[in-house]
Amino acid sequence: MRYIIPAAVFAVLVGFFWIGLSKDPSEVPSPFIGKPAPVFQLTELRDPEKLVSQADLSGRPTVLNVWATWCVGCRQEHEALMQLAAMDIVPIYGLNYRDNREQALQWLARLGDPYIATGYDPDGAAGLDWGVYGAPETFLIDPQGTVVYKHLGPMTLRIWQDEFMPRINSMAGDQG
Amino acid sequence: MKMRIVGLLLSALIPLVSFAIDSDGPLPTPELQARYDRLTDELRCVVCQNQTVADSNSDLAKDLRERTREMLLAGASDPEILEFMTDRYGDFVLYRPPVAGRTVLLWAAPVLLLLIGSASAFLVIRGRSQAGGLPEEGEDPFNSHETDRHV
Repeated sequence: MRYIIPAAVFAVLVGFFWIGLSKDPSEVPSPFIGKPAPVFQLTELRDPEKLVSQADLSGRPTVLNVWATWCVGCRQEHEALMQLAAMDIVPIYGLNYRDNREQALQWLARLGDPYIATGYDPDGAAGLDWGVYGAPETFLIDPQGTVVYKHLGPMTLRIWQDEFMPRINSMAGDQG
Repeated sequence: MKMRIVGLLLSALIPLVSFAIDSDGPLPTPELQARYDRLTDELRCVVCQNQTVADSNSDLAKDLRERTREMLLAGASDPEILEFMTDRYGDFVLYRPPVAGRTVLLWAAPVLLLLIGSASAFLVIRGRSQAGGLPEEGEDPFNSHETDRHV
């Protein structure tokens, strides 16, 4: 009987630690989930005459990948993005964040370009509007232009299968 | 001894480093500067999570300081600036998150813990004083030993 209270306190502590320690503290929940994609308008990386805006991200499921040549995680995920682009499941848009056009173009020429179009955001203004705080970040946007999911850190095929595909499939279900 | 003097002289340079963080210079009026200082001290740098935007040297913190400065100069109110930040980075950017359904436990925890702590202290002390007052047959050896010693 006298052990009930300490045991209960212990159980509560274990519960808190179990949840608390299994979370990644660097992952800040995005306030955009379930909200319309933030408004932005940037020049296209390869063709400065063209513009990229949130309007491009609606009408079908799309992915917006935030990347930069200074970002180690972006180098890690590039191969996965190339494979996803080759599978041609959904269009992948890029947001080139706080970078330099020359270097970014060289990077794409050397490693391949998985992006339908890339917005060039040298001062990070559009990134700020998207709540970007650590590239790489990958957003999933539904056909209505609503942000559905955000992945922080390098994209992998595993994460794509586990987190992105089920959500994309359910969007297709909604339309049909 | 010499090393100590050199060390002291070098440590005199430390304040210079702290000046370097804000390169844009002070805001035009002391009132704006005070609001700027208060706001950037209220905002958490999302990248380096245990630093405020005022303290951090990260690019993101620089962006947020710059944006705060621009909005202040454009005449935005403090709540408008904080709302701009939470719209983009969530309640997490605030060192003092608002009291809401999700944060009730966070805000109530200190009071709850104080209540639980004082309730258990009260029960333990009352239990002890009763045990001390009337030593009974059949108590566990540790307790009876304790009371014996005091009597």
